[in-house]
Amino acid sequence: MSPPAGGGADELCATALAGDRRSLAKLLTAVENRTTLAEAALRRLYPLAGRAHLVGITGPPGAGKSTLVAALVGQLRTVGRTVAVVAVDPSSPITGGAILGDRVRMQAYAGDRDVFIRSMAARGHAGGLAATTGAACAVLDAVGFEIVLIETVGTGQSEVEVAAAADTTVVLEAPEMGDEVQAIKAGLLEVADLVVVNKGDRPGASRTASQLRAMLGGRRGQHGPPVLITTAATGAGVPELLTAIDHRRADGALSDDGAKRLARADAELRGALADRIGRRLDEPGLAAARETAVRAVAAHQLDPYTAADELLGSLLR
Amino acid sequence: MTDRPIKVLIAKPGLDGHDRGAKVLARGLRDEGFEVVYTGLRQTPEMVATAALQEDVDIVGLSILSGAHMTLVPRICQLLQAEGLSDVLVTAGGIIPDDDVPALKAAGVSAVFGPGTTIAQVADYFRANARPRD
Repeated sequence: MSPPAGGGADELCATALAGDRRSLAKLLTAVENRTTLAEAALRRLYPLAGRAHLVGITGPPGAGKSTLVAALVGQLRTVGRTVAVVAVDPSSPITGGAILGDRVRMQAYAGDRDVFIRSMAARGHAGGLAATTGAACAVLDAVGFEIVLIETVGTGQSEVEVAAAADTTVVLEAPEMGDEVQAIKAGLLEVADLVVVNKGDRPGASRTASQLRAMLGGRRGQHGPPVLITTAATGAGVPELLTAIDHRRADGALSDDGAKRLARADAELRGALADRIGRRLDEPGLAAARETAVRAVAAHQLDPYTAADELLGSLLR
Repeated sequence: MTDRPIKVLIAKPGLDGHDRGAKVLARGLRDEGFEVVYTGLRQTPEMVATAALQEDVDIVGLSILSGAHMTLVPRICQLLQAEGLSDVLVTAGGIIPDDDVPALKAAGVSAVFGPGTTIAQVADYFRANARPRD
């Protein structure tokens, strides 16, 4: 059923840009499945992206990410702004199946055209996102959503990929997340632009926030990230969180030559390059040379580094 | 890429609170390699249609034990068709009398699974009948 690569992509992009949500959903599926149509569509849409504020919401399982995302969507709609959500859940390493359960908390917006929610399975990608989450965000950005909220899988301490995909990274903690030593460990908290202690109605919320404030001072005298308290289930603290998120735009976090967007562009470029090199290696012209190299490396007649240099040489010729 | 997982929406429209079956099925389909969007209890037909549209699912599985299937299921089928989702496979499960099945099929439901259906039967049916994927 796959439509011809070029024409199908142009038509889907045109209808999606005109506001057709089914076309948008189809584009996102193509992106997730890395079809040839997806690449043609992304070529067309990429120049239109870059306007949305991409906001990552991350934190451990059960901290309240989905509830907070739903509360943020509600707040954004109250002030008349459009919002898309990309919610990532893990895929089974055994069967490839997945339960995508983030919509459970986000069902109040059925029929609201200015809210678009899409679940994604991580499909074996580590790091808290799916490999195609960035491209999905670019599509949602291009069709005009003002804010794209990226909800990661429930993270441990080191799934920091969202920091590269988002303009602003919000790290969620629940009260009594641990002692001060937890707060100074390397990893997730280091990449936070904003830290939120959710479930603010639980005992210990303000103590946890104070501990985080004390321990998260920036490197070399810079300020640490703001620490806010929310109760996503009631909406308390959510308007203040949105204000803090909006400050990031005012502070230049979204500028084209800002460190984050340059780093993201670099990562996208490297990803596309690696993808292309991988595909070239599977083409008939190089497959034989690679096969020979693989056998030589397996037999320890050739080291992998020399073999890689040789293959790269023939790639570039 | 026809080997990508089939995406299924498991939804519980209406007011009954019995979601054990839906959750067991969602979990079982996960183990069968499906990507399952689970949306929770008390869904309106509009919520089901919106989720099916935005998630671009291949299959919608409706679980109803309240007896309201003759109202809710045709309404959902109508909304899906209005959204242009007529290629999405719609199935129903729960407590649905045999006498109601022909009317549901006429409304657009492809299969009705009653008590005693195994996960494997549902998974096999889904694999055999899901729309062709790009």
